[in-house]
Amino acid sequence: MASKIRSSEITPESVFRERRLILQAAGLGLGASASTLLPSEAMAKTPLTGDIAKWPDSTDEMQTSYEQATTYNNFYELGTAKGDPVKNADKLITEPWTVEVGGQCEKGGKFALEDILKPHALEERIYRLRCVEAWSMVIPWVGFPLADLLKRFEPNSRAKYVEFKTLYDPVQLPGQKFPVLQWPYSEGLRIDEAMHPLTLMAVGLYGKTLPNQSGAPLRLVVPWKYGFKSIKSIVSINFVELQPQTSWNISAPREYGFYSNVNPRVSHPRWSQAKERRLDGGSKGFSALFSDKRKTEMFNGYADEVASLYTDLDLKKNF
Amino acid sequence: MHSQSVNKEGAVAKPVLSPARFLKPLVFIVALLPAVFAVYGVANSQYVDPVESLLKITGEWGLRFLLITLCVTPVQIIFKWVGVAKLRRMLGLFAFFYATMHLAIWVVLDQGLDLQEAVNAIVEKKFITLGITVWVGLLVLAVTSNRWSVRKLGRKWKSVHNSVYVLTVLAVVHFVWQVKASELLEPTAYLGALAVLLVWRFMRMVKR
Repeated sequence: MASKIRSSEITPESVFRERRLILQAAGLGLGASASTLLPSEAMAKTPLTGDIAKWPDSTDEMQTSYEQATTYNNFYELGTAKGDPVKNADKLITEPWTVEVGGQCEKGGKFALEDILKPHALEERIYRLRCVEAWSMVIPWVGFPLADLLKRFEPNSRAKYVEFKTLYDPVQLPGQKFPVLQWPYSEGLRIDEAMHPLTLMAVGLYGKTLPNQSGAPLRLVVPWKYGFKSIKSIVSINFVELQPQTSWNISAPREYGFYSNVNPRVSHPRWSQAKERRLDGGSKGFSALFSDKRKTEMFNGYADEVASLYTDLDLKKNF
Repeated sequence: MHSQSVNKEGAVAKPVLSPARFLKPLVFIVALLPAVFAVYGVANSQYVDPVESLLKITGEWGLRFLLITLCVTPVQIIFKWVGVAKLRRMLGLFAFFYATMHLAIWVVLDQGLDLQEAVNAIVEKKFITLGITVWVGLLVLAVTSNRWSVRKLGRKWKSVHNSVYVLTVLAVVHFVWQVKASELLEPTAYLGALAVLLVWRFMRMVKR
């Protein structure tokens, strides 16, 4: 894998460059020692430049703050507690980054991130994100439709599914030293789900490049599915004929299905999915304790767009 | 307390500064700290999902105080520290306090006082059924933890309060069933601690 070459040879240089960036960031605040900088600040992400089109169908619900969205993360490769990923974020080096594309397609190969991104115009889309743990956020992602990317590789008629994998490198992603899930993290979509116009390949949020804890430099966002389907820090895209194995499904097949569409009528074995707690910082201090849960919507409120994908599917069995 | 500072002869006695005297109030304050920090954290909007954080904090400390309470007798015997037994009831009541907070936060804040929904969850989700069972058990122990009950129940008191072992096992199972398969480290540690305590008890029983 390309990542292995990087960790043995090029990483020291990247680490060096990353540290210089951190030092530069620290230098902005005179007298501030490195330890007083929050990791998220040390990793200060660059604003995305160029024209970012506003997607017309964005939700106008109250947005989760950048602070909340980037300090409360499920990214087990950087630690299992919600606050771990931001603390361990600087261990992950995202420059250079290579994505390997293969399987049932005509134009696979290894691509530098720049070549993956070059042809695509960026767009801001504000989506609801519903976690399988019954909380939700509203996040302005920056990215482009996954379909536009996948079409470039010319998948053939045997490409029924798309399989994605996260970087595997236990040094950069220390959570991978522990067998909490099958590494590398693997996810998959049916080809029509992957090609659906709502399915986004994201490179940023809140107008900035993705911070590492949010899945830099390249992550999926599938807004009608539970959050864990939106795989982070992607290094591999594979067109396959058979339904691919996915990490959470391997870990607990009764709890996490391949589809994992947001569905208030299908309970998780241990908790109801009928309601969710919106984390948007709308109320502060003690009043945040009394914010009511809201009803979870079918397909996370995107039923009009995606329900037609599943007309032939028993969603209770195929949860 | 003040009456003790004057001895029988009427002379003012030296204030008793033995550590034992301050131990109980000190432990009381320390045992309250997790709750104080949690309230402080909520007031300062430190938690992104404060209800979830409070549930986790109170549940963990309820379980930890159960385990700490079970350590009192081993500590008393192994370290020949008789005085520690005076802390037992207070530590047990702290376990009940955190468990009660845990339940109250779940009913009032998590379920939004929707009692119908809460009852459904208790019936449908076995880890919640188990949690309620543990709390009812702890309630019985807390209510019968006073001297009057000890006298009234006589020999039965000990067997009633020995159920704390079963309740602690069930509390750990409640925790294990609630977490994801990938987060078993913490409940496994509690299970290990509990196993050591039970083996120690069993060995002493066999020796006798």
